[in-house]
Amino acid sequence: MIMIDWSGYIGLILQGALVTLQLTVMGCALAVVAAFAAGLGRVSRFMAIRMLATTYIEFFRGTSIFVQLFWAYFVLPFAGITLSPMQAGVLALGLNVGAYGAEVVRGAIKAIGREQREACVALNLTRRQAMRHVILPQALPLMLPTFGNNAIELLKGTAVVSLISLNDMTFQAQVVRAQTGSTLIPFVTILVLYFAMAWVISRGMRWLEHRVTRGLDGVRA
Amino acid sequence: MTAPIIRIDNITKSFGRLTVLDGLSMNVMPGEKLALIGPSGSGKTTILRILMTLEHINGGQIEVDGGQLFHMEKAGALVPADERHLHTMREKIGMVFQHFNLFPHKCVLDNVTLAPMLTKGVPRADAEKNAMVLLDMVGLADKAKSMPSQLSGGQKQRVAIARALALSPKIMLFDEVTSALDPELVEEVLNVMRKLAEETDMTMLLVTHEMGFAHDFADRVLFFDRGKIVEEGKPDDIFSHPKQERTQAFLRKIIAAGHRV
Repeated sequence: MIMIDWSGYIGLILQGALVTLQLTVMGCALAVVAAFAAGLGRVSRFMAIRMLATTYIEFFRGTSIFVQLFWAYFVLPFAGITLSPMQAGVLALGLNVGAYGAEVVRGAIKAIGREQREACVALNLTRRQAMRHVILPQALPLMLPTFGNNAIELLKGTAVVSLISLNDMTFQAQVVRAQTGSTLIPFVTILVLYFAMAWVISRGMRWLEHRVTRGLDGVRA
Repeated sequence: MTAPIIRIDNITKSFGRLTVLDGLSMNVMPGEKLALIGPSGSGKTTILRILMTLEHINGGQIEVDGGQLFHMEKAGALVPADERHLHTMREKIGMVFQHFNLFPHKCVLDNVTLAPMLTKGVPRADAEKNAMVLLDMVGLADKAKSMPSQLSGGQKQRVAIARALALSPKIMLFDEVTSALDPELVEEVLNVMRKLAEETDMTMLLVTHEMGFAHDFADRVLFFDRGKIVEEGKPDDIFSHPKQERTQAFLRKIIAAGHRV
């Protein structure tokens, strides 16, 4: 029986974890921007903007993340846009999850009732001012729980990037498994790591939720 | 003779196949206190909502303070008003709603200062100073830092009145402002409105089921039924000697339901 020096292999997996973390953070950032842009676009009073937003949402929800990733990495170069694997991964993940997030943004905005909108009209706010100062601050707490789910989905979705030669956590675990012949240890390691990352996202979102709803039923600090 | 501040000329309004207002015309003089009464569905609230541009009209014209409300002049012709025109017109009008519609995420003071700061560019310090004067007038200066959820219905409605006043409109619309309140809270809101009527020369239109208040408050009472003015006159005449059968029937029903006249 040969003793395996696990520290080096665990190091490999941790390198992968860093890639997964990067993808998740940057993907989420892009997803939030895309979600708000498309979500607000969906409630725009201009039909062209509404249609553009709807097209984006339906397209990215209606096609697989694998296909989107392949397009970002293998097809875009034909259009003269060459992305690094990391850029392609962030782009595909961010736009994919952003499409789901856009519907969350739209739903939350729609959930703020007619009475609030009418108060804004009566106070002569512009549509933009009403959205910025009245509707969105109330809609945001409604979005956060689902945003948390979306962020965790994105984290778990990052594993697909190994298909475009990014050495993420799952990919590194496969490498370690191939080199050591051990299945249990690398897969237990990434199981724990994925769970830990998801847990951090989940707690972070709960904290954020607590922060933004605090004002709604207390005295201003 | 002074010109009317509101001139409603032959307007029609329908919701789908339901015609709510059919060729309604009426004038309101500057400073006049007008009470609109009538059964629900008679179109009285719709008139306020139209004046606040929350509803558009299907036909006719409305002139407010010398300008067309839903139309603007372009190359000598009247065309439908754009958003910018509606903005200038809305400056003249404020509205208080049945359900207060306060902003729940903002404290009382911020509810009052938001619109002056955003729409008129009033600096925060000035907006807050003015807001405190108004909150003091409605008896809620000590609640400036409270959140709306911590207030009673009557207090919320008084904040809503202060919020509308903060933009100093020439015309104030009160849409059943006490209907959503517990009976014991009605009086505090009515007191604020009495004070307002006495101390300002604002034009006020009031839709209400509080007949006693309408009697004391209004210079003129309009009785609406099915989108038409059935009868109008001085409060004493309408409430004590209604001429029309429908007015009489309505007032009988209201009294039977326990409302004071």
